[in-house]
Amino acid sequence: MHWLSLLRPGDWLVAVLGATVCALSFPLAWQSGHAEKAIVRRNGEVFAELSLSRNARIDVPGPLGTTTIAVERQRVRVVSDPGPHQYCVRQGWLERAGEIAICAPNEVSVQIVGGKENYDSLSY
Amino acid sequence: MTRSVTKLVTTPEDHRIARLAAAAIGLALIDAAIPLPLPGVKPGLSNIITLIVLARYGWETAAWVCGLRVIAGGILLGQLLSPGFFMSLTGALFSLMILAGAGRLPRRWFGPVSWSILAAFAHIGGQLVLARLWLIPHNGLFYLVPIFALAALGFGIINGLIAARLLRSPSFMNTEVHHA
Repeated sequence: MHWLSLLRPGDWLVAVLGATVCALSFPLAWQSGHAEKAIVRRNGEVFAELSLSRNARIDVPGPLGTTTIAVERQRVRVVSDPGPHQYCVRQGWLERAGEIAICAPNEVSVQIVGGKENYDSLSY
Repeated sequence: MTRSVTKLVTTPEDHRIARLAAAAIGLALIDAAIPLPLPGVKPGLSNIITLIVLARYGWETAAWVCGLRVIAGGILLGQLLSPGFFMSLTGALFSLMILAGAGRLPRRWFGPVSWSILAAFAHIGGQLVLARLWLIPHNGLFYLVPIFALAALGFGIINGLIAARLLRSPSFMNTEVHHA
């Protein structure tokens, strides 16, 4: 028995629909712009904008001490932070637009932004 | 001392559900033994049984077989009440929900392949929701959606074709009827 004879007309329709969902999911999931620069904020205000195309290392003074942030090969990370939990340090390299590391105790954050700003949340 | 006798009355329907669930559990174990690169991408072979049961005995029997398979499969794989178990439970619930609707589509036009594709997408959809809410509360999870969607489409079609073929094969279905 031929496998194709097992398909009924509607089955083709559903399969095409499924393929469409697959095709649409690629741009939707992977759109988030090209990562271009990292924005370093201190106490909510922009402290520095680092281009990801150039390796760099900066120290950001905060209430607890100095947070060190480094850019290397199109990625950025928090190298050291005086905070007690070290969450932002342990987060490691950020490489995609929209990714963010927050060192809350020292009031420092670093976020990658791309050509297109992604919504973090929407409310009405 | 009086001997108490607990008598469990079982109907032919119960026997049928038990036998079909046993087949589904066997396939679930094979499924778990197949190595695949990404967690969450699985052929879901035991759903072939769910599809056949849906076609032959209706949605309620299919729900019984599917539920028993999830629980007994969880026990046999040693993952009862673990995150993996809840993932497969959620997937099963979502696909049963969509199968409740899909089973009512006109049979002339929509067969097991349609059901299988729809159920596969519902399955991964439900699992993504649970994973996002509970296991991996980070939007990075959604980077994997295209891969999951492709797997759902591919395995959905394959499982649906196998179910359709078994439903049409006279020898397989005669044994089925004979034992029942």
